[in-house]
Amino acid sequence: MNQQEEKTKALIYCVKCLGGRLKENINFMEVCGTHTVAIYRAGIKQILCKKTRLISGPGCPVCVTPNEFVDKAVWYALQPKTVVATFGDMFKVPGSESSLAEAQAKGGQIQLVYSPLEAVGLAEKHPDLKVVFLGIGFETTAPLVAYAVLSARKSNLHNFLILSGHKTVPEALEKIAANPLLNLHGLILPGHVSCIIGRRPYDFLAQQYHIPGVISGFEPEDILESLCMLFKQINEGRCEVESQYRRAVPEAGNQKALEIIQEVFTRRDLEWRGLGVIPGSGLALREKYSNWDAEVVFPARINKPRQHRGCICGAVISGLKEPEECSLFGQTCRPEHPVGPCMVSSEGACGTHYLYQARGGFYED
Amino acid sequence: MCLGVPAKVIKTDEEWAWVDVNRVHLKINSSLVEGVRPGDYVIVHAGFAIQKLSPQEGESTLELFRQIVESEQK
Repeated sequence: MNQQEEKTKALIYCVKCLGGRLKENINFMEVCGTHTVAIYRAGIKQILCKKTRLISGPGCPVCVTPNEFVDKAVWYALQPKTVVATFGDMFKVPGSESSLAEAQAKGGQIQLVYSPLEAVGLAEKHPDLKVVFLGIGFETTAPLVAYAVLSARKSNLHNFLILSGHKTVPEALEKIAANPLLNLHGLILPGHVSCIIGRRPYDFLAQQYHIPGVISGFEPEDILESLCMLFKQINEGRCEVESQYRRAVPEAGNQKALEIIQEVFTRRDLEWRGLGVIPGSGLALREKYSNWDAEVVFPARINKPRQHRGCICGAVISGLKEPEECSLFGQTCRPEHPVGPCMVSSEGACGTHYLYQARGGFYED
Repeated sequence: MCLGVPAKVIKTDEEWAWVDVNRVHLKINSSLVEGVRPGDYVIVHAGFAIQKLSPQEGESTLELFRQIVESEQK
């Protein structure tokens, strides 16, 4: 057995021992979608004792993006001389009437990009086109998009626009923590959001809501260790926000990234699918950058958004329902024909559950 | 979506860095992280370095295991 295997084995032993000492049933939420995937892929749910339940949280940016945003993106894609540039995650997400993929089939122009700077490059190359970049994501992504706006300003580029749906995590966690129906005993906090914001912004969870939290890395060993840290806090009667991902999360986060967010964006109230409008949880471009704000320069004209009938993505995102409690799950809603965003996204709770646990025929051993 | 991959910095040039991610070489923007130098490890998200990885952390697992084994033996 090599050193890595020994470490993993030791951690599994610790999780089983510490979990076995729990006096009552507990609910943990893994906030981040990337954690949800890592937990399923590594089979961590199978290691946990029956007393411990892991609930997927709202940390999948695609999943929490409401239909209204998708509808606007689709509207832009169908305008003449306009290209929508987006991360691939958004491509198949259904809006009220159509997804971007369907809009492309109707002649809409959509360009998938890996980095917001590629979208800036696209605007430079095609001065006759308007390039609308879909700004989705949390604090991890917001500084990169802010950087793209600054670089468009530097090159005096006015055909690069941002449709900002950026959201911030602590505000949503406050809403989750305040929900008594969830009865949470611990939170596995997002690692890469925390690379930017640091550990301190979560302190209120322990102090005001008495919910312990651990910022976790993304390797299976990281998650096992985070679970151990949460079990230990509960068994010892402590309630703190700790970090397991210390190799990447400085206490105060990334100052440069926080400054650039602060420079370009201002806070606003924003709607999250499933959680409703959360005060101060959205990032909009500041007035001085309004020349790059799609909603100011070139506002989309859309009808009132409609919800997908029977879809319970909202309840899944807020941790109130499990994917299999949805009557559409695995029936009309499947990865190849998704009804709601949690099935589309590679890190949505429904898509992940379908792939690894429910009917994952291709992945069965 | 907040996917980040660890990468080793090969060379740097002002705001850009060339990194190695599992032997795939990428050009990324490194201007959001202070003082990126060749040999450093960084986390890459959507074409940007978002944080440096510090190598000295990682001893805590063994410590945790030792504590638990000791308490089991009591």
